[in-house]
Amino acid sequence: MKQMRKKSSIDRQNTRNGLLFCSPVLMGLLVFTLYPVISSLYYSFCDYPMLKPPVWVGLSNYRALFADPIFYTSLYNTAFYAAFATPLGIIVAFVLALLLNQKVKGMAIFRTMFFVPSIVPMVAGSVLWLWLLNPQYGLINAVLGAMHLPQFRWMADPAQAKPALIVMSTWGIGGWMLIYLAGLQDVPQELYEASEMDGASAWQRMWHVTVPFMSPHLFFTLVMGFIGAAQYFTQAFVMTNGQGGPVDSTRFFSLYLFQNAFMYWKMGYACAMAWILFIVILLFTTLLFKTSARYVYYGGEK
Amino acid sequence: MCIMAEKSNRSARAKKRLITGITYAALIIFGTAFTLPFFWLLSTSFKPASRIQKWPPDILPMQIVQKKLKGNNYPLYTMKDGARVVVTKHLPGAIVDVKPIDGGVSSRVSADDLTQVVKPGLNWSNYTLGLASIPFFQQLKNTLVVCVISVIGTLFSCSLVAYGLSKIEWKGRNLLFMILLSTMMLPYQVIMVPIFAIFVKLRWVDTFLPLTVPTFLGNAFFIFLLRQFFMTIPKDLSEAAKLDGCSEFDIYRRLILPLSKPALAMVGLWTFMGAWNDFLGPLIYLMDERRYTLSLGLAMFLGQYGNEYGKLMAVSTVVTIPIIVLFFFTQKTFIQGITMTGMKQ
Repeated sequence: MKQMRKKSSIDRQNTRNGLLFCSPVLMGLLVFTLYPVISSLYYSFCDYPMLKPPVWVGLSNYRALFADPIFYTSLYNTAFYAAFATPLGIIVAFVLALLLNQKVKGMAIFRTMFFVPSIVPMVAGSVLWLWLLNPQYGLINAVLGAMHLPQFRWMADPAQAKPALIVMSTWGIGGWMLIYLAGLQDVPQELYEASEMDGASAWQRMWHVTVPFMSPHLFFTLVMGFIGAAQYFTQAFVMTNGQGGPVDSTRFFSLYLFQNAFMYWKMGYACAMAWILFIVILLFTTLLFKTSARYVYYGGEK
Repeated sequence: MCIMAEKSNRSARAKKRLITGITYAALIIFGTAFTLPFFWLLSTSFKPASRIQKWPPDILPMQIVQKKLKGNNYPLYTMKDGARVVVTKHLPGAIVDVKPIDGGVSSRVSADDLTQVVKPGLNWSNYTLGLASIPFFQQLKNTLVVCVISVIGTLFSCSLVAYGLSKIEWKGRNLLFMILLSTMMLPYQVIMVPIFAIFVKLRWVDTFLPLTVPTFLGNAFFIFLLRQFFMTIPKDLSEAAKLDGCSEFDIYRRLILPLSKPALAMVGLWTFMGAWNDFLGPLIYLMDERRYTLSLGLAMFLGQYGNEYGKLMAVSTVVTIPIIVLFFFTQKTFIQGITMTGMKQ
């Protein structure tokens, strides 16, 4: 009896301490997550020009969105970017990690070379790439020209602006490369030796040993890459001066959302867009996780 | 038998050498591709304005050679026959009057026949002019203020919460942790407008408060990282301290924090870099140029002077160098952190 009372007093003390230690985040969750989530949902059904209080308008923001051609353009732009930038980034990062895993001399130097671009401040990187991609005087066209390859107009051409941003995004995949490199060191060496004894070619070993063992890492970066791509904003904003040009070709979903919120002061409209974005991300990641059992192999798990 | 084994051995060695060769070739090609943008950033930042928009471009920064004549500096040119001249007069139709520098007779020639005399060198004027065209030092100070306060706020709040979620056993802690993890899924765009509305009501717009105060209320990702680290610290240690009469706060301050220096260093480093790079936050909340952070200042500079690539590259270099220097000093912490986040949990 006495022991029980003692235990419950310790429990009470622990709960008090636990809440005390967690109080910053409890407040943070209330003020900067829970309240904003609820009011954002509410605003999405309101006409809210910020300077005046929100006025309930029902579904009219959503109805207007589905009739807004720029909404579809921005959705398409973002889907295009996500569909190409994420797989390309994964492939390049994986190839680089495989190369670095070959235990060659100077590996640390190459690793630094591939990684450092990913920490360049995004705005500085965007300014630099705008210059590299300059259609008249840019380095990239100069290199293509020197190799007798076709040159492009990049950010000056609506059809080439998104591919230009996708090429640029591969410069920053150093973080993924490091994740893969760490994963490659955990692939059991015996499996390589055993499969080599069985006469498997290097290509077969890669597909039947390396890729399955790396699939959790590949899956993790796929999900992260997709979520990041869905919110792609800074580079497009900086490189097009917030316009999303030429001819809306880089008006990505988040950029159009930002424009609605802070340039046109259509806060309700922007919130409706944000909820659509959230739902798309939720649906897509759920889909990825649901199907992941089929192609992700968790070797170490019991 | 023996001969065959030797043969297959030799072919295996040859194959291995081939693979090593291909690996190196690929590494060098990729390495060049990844490094070239940095080279171009530096090279352009040292070029004089007149030689930036030029085709084909100069690979190294080339400086214009000048000749002093009667107290004035004139750019030096070479004629097709190799004579060195200065231009004394520009006439319509790309015709110029030139005067040989060795004292020959002046003549009238087509401007196409002249080649500017240049030599490789560093021109620092893009740096001095570029940094002067934005209130650079003011913006550097702003950026540092935001970065340092964010680091303090994040370290303070996240370590406290991580302790509460890992070292104290209380009902609801797992629920709170799950809620916290699930907020990481929430895109910032969803909460962006209401948070802006809060700061408008508080009259905090155009101050650093919207960028710094929230860091004192925790960050789900960093709390997660620190919690995982705290979990690896053996329980016996804190139990023993408790028996000695230490309070939870003592254990947190005197035991857990000192043992978690590497994890705290990582969180601090990432917060610093995140605040240094942040664009959306300053873009939403800072209006006055004198309060801009460097990222925002650079973007606005690009918007205003989109064609002055020499200055733009100089400012970009200055914005990038501190981050790269920081990286080189903290490489180990940094790389460990990234590979940790990629670990399957």
